[in-house]
Amino acid sequence: MATQIRELIGNHKILPVPLERVRDEDDLYELGMTSFASVQLMLALEEAFDIEFPERMLNRKTFASISAIDRSVTELVSGRA
Amino acid sequence: MNAIPPEIKAAPAADAPAATFLDRLFEDGVLMPTGVDGLYGRSGAFEEVIDGFERLVERFSREDGAMKIHFPPAMPRVNMEKSGYLKSFPQLAGSIHSFMGSDADHCQLIAAITEGRDWSEYQSPTDVVLTPAACYPLYPTVAARGAVPDAGLLFDLKSYCFRHEPSKEPTRMQLFRMRENVCIGTPEQVREFRERWLERGPKMIASLGLPCELDVANDPFFGRGGKLMARNQRDQQLKFELLIPVNDGADPTACLSFNYHQNHFGSLWGMKRADGEEAHSACVGFGLERIALALFRHHGNDVTKWPESVREVLFG
Repeated sequence: MATQIRELIGNHKILPVPLERVRDEDDLYELGMTSFASVQLMLALEEAFDIEFPERMLNRKTFASISAIDRSVTELVSGRA
Repeated sequence: MNAIPPEIKAAPAADAPAATFLDRLFEDGVLMPTGVDGLYGRSGAFEEVIDGFERLVERFSREDGAMKIHFPPAMPRVNMEKSGYLKSFPQLAGSIHSFMGSDADHCQLIAAITEGRDWSEYQSPTDVVLTPAACYPLYPTVAARGAVPDAGLLFDLKSYCFRHEPSKEPTRMQLFRMRENVCIGTPEQVREFRERWLERGPKMIASLGLPCELDVANDPFFGRGGKLMARNQRDQQLKFELLIPVNDGADPTACLSFNYHQNHFGSLWGMKRADGEEAHSACVGFGLERIALALFRHHGNDVTKWPESVREVLFG
């Protein structure tokens, strides 16, 4: 899952820094992810994993790191099954 | 800061006459309807109140040494495209279109209008869009002047602004004036600027005999993604609003806003300091019509009968 999330971040040019240097726990906002880039990432994740982030998850924390995204997406994918 | 009196917060009683605040403004000739919600004529008295409030703002901005600039209420379309405004607020933006066709196209345009059909297909976008906030034309202008000096930059701006949000609430106009003070510099400089105005704002409003409260706020970002952006903005306390009760039975109205943009505009427009770091910016915005409406709401539609202390501050 984390690999797919990395691919989406790369394909949609969410970060201004090379992805290889980003660790799963790194704060994406600190690495330069803008507020609008986080929206683009949210929409890309929804499409790729066929999920919809509920309102309670529409906050900064959900998209703060690759591992945070991984946890949210895993929860939504498993909830759907 | 004065508390908001309950009689203004509460909804009108069921047996109360149906005349709204807007109706009363029309009846007394403070505002004049045009047939479109949010587009009104203003009386001389209304304008004098705005002039008086602007003198109050100007006393502070002069003391700070802010440079006064007035842009027209429109800006280059390319600058709106680059600004990201359409990413965040596509629903509010206004673009100016005009006819650029041939004689034959002109005949079709007239025919469409005569027959009551949609004639927008005969219009093409011009190079101009309506200004959505007084400071939008400023940033590319500052970026073009080279590095931001070490002392930072201060501006005092005013513009008519357009937002497409027709409403029966008189405080939500489609075309309204915004006076703004903007600071561009280091994070410390712009945060200090915002703190200064966060202290001044409530005092200015209290001197006008108006109740107000300060609160964390967010911009009306579009769509589901907009909810995420709004929460981000609130979590970081980037926007505060000074709220005054104005409309019947509605939440109080944001009359001043205090915004810290971080390096958003610095990065977007390449506004850099002499050391090469991206400049940060912050602004305080005064909704001039909203402040005037708050005064009419609380002190009545006859300006000559307003409390002497308020008249002194405005017209002294």
